[in-house]
Amino acid sequence: MLREVTSVFVAIFVVELLVIVHKIGQGPQAFADMMARLQSPGCIVFHVVALVFVVYHTITWFQATGVVQVVRVGDRQVPPAVVVAGNYVAWVVVTLFILYWLLVRS
Amino acid sequence: MSPGKTIEPLWWSLFSAGGVVAAFLVPVHLFLFGLALPLGWVSVSHARLLALVGHPVVKLYLFVLIALPLYHWAHRFRFVLEDLGLHGLRRPLAVLCYGSAIVGTVATAWVLIRV
Repeated sequence: MLREVTSVFVAIFVVELLVIVHKIGQGPQAFADMMARLQSPGCIVFHVVALVFVVYHTITWFQATGVVQVVRVGDRQVPPAVVVAGNYVAWVVVTLFILYWLLVRS
Repeated sequence: MSPGKTIEPLWWSLFSAGGVVAAFLVPVHLFLFGLALPLGWVSVSHARLLALVGHPVVKLYLFVLIALPLYHWAHRFRFVLEDLGLHGLRRPLAVLCYGSAIVGTVATAWVLIRV
């Protein structure tokens, strides 16, 4: 059931992200107002909880795909643990790349 | 066979694709836009964000990032509701859940085209 709950947080956040994109399009003031609203304690607490659930989704998803996804190199099947580890490495790389792209590069 | 059953693999594929997007991409965006930016840990100018969301490749990226996880949610939520004992409402529930995701997809495309 906990896994199903994660999808609710995922859905709420992507809708929020769409609103943020819309606000960016409306101009600097609309975007600043949106960020100010997101500063409220209620929003911060919600996002901390949501982040925990979303990361939980990532972990359970990687575990599940590690079992389901059969990766072969030549004739040999890559052990599920290696597939799971590969997913984690890819996740870290993607995350760092997005942080770099948005925060460092300009 | 009802039409709902014949397109079942499509919903499952969208659920799965949305699960992958949610797993890899949602945490970092949630951290950035839900915590880091509002709390001032990092700052990105409005001009830079506007330039980013105006770029066609970024628009496509955001479309995938926002729309696909909606189908992930729809698929899971549908089965949660069915498991809660709403078996008799199987079809209406499917229409409600996937319909919401479709509405969300159209809204996403609308916002991204106009931004």
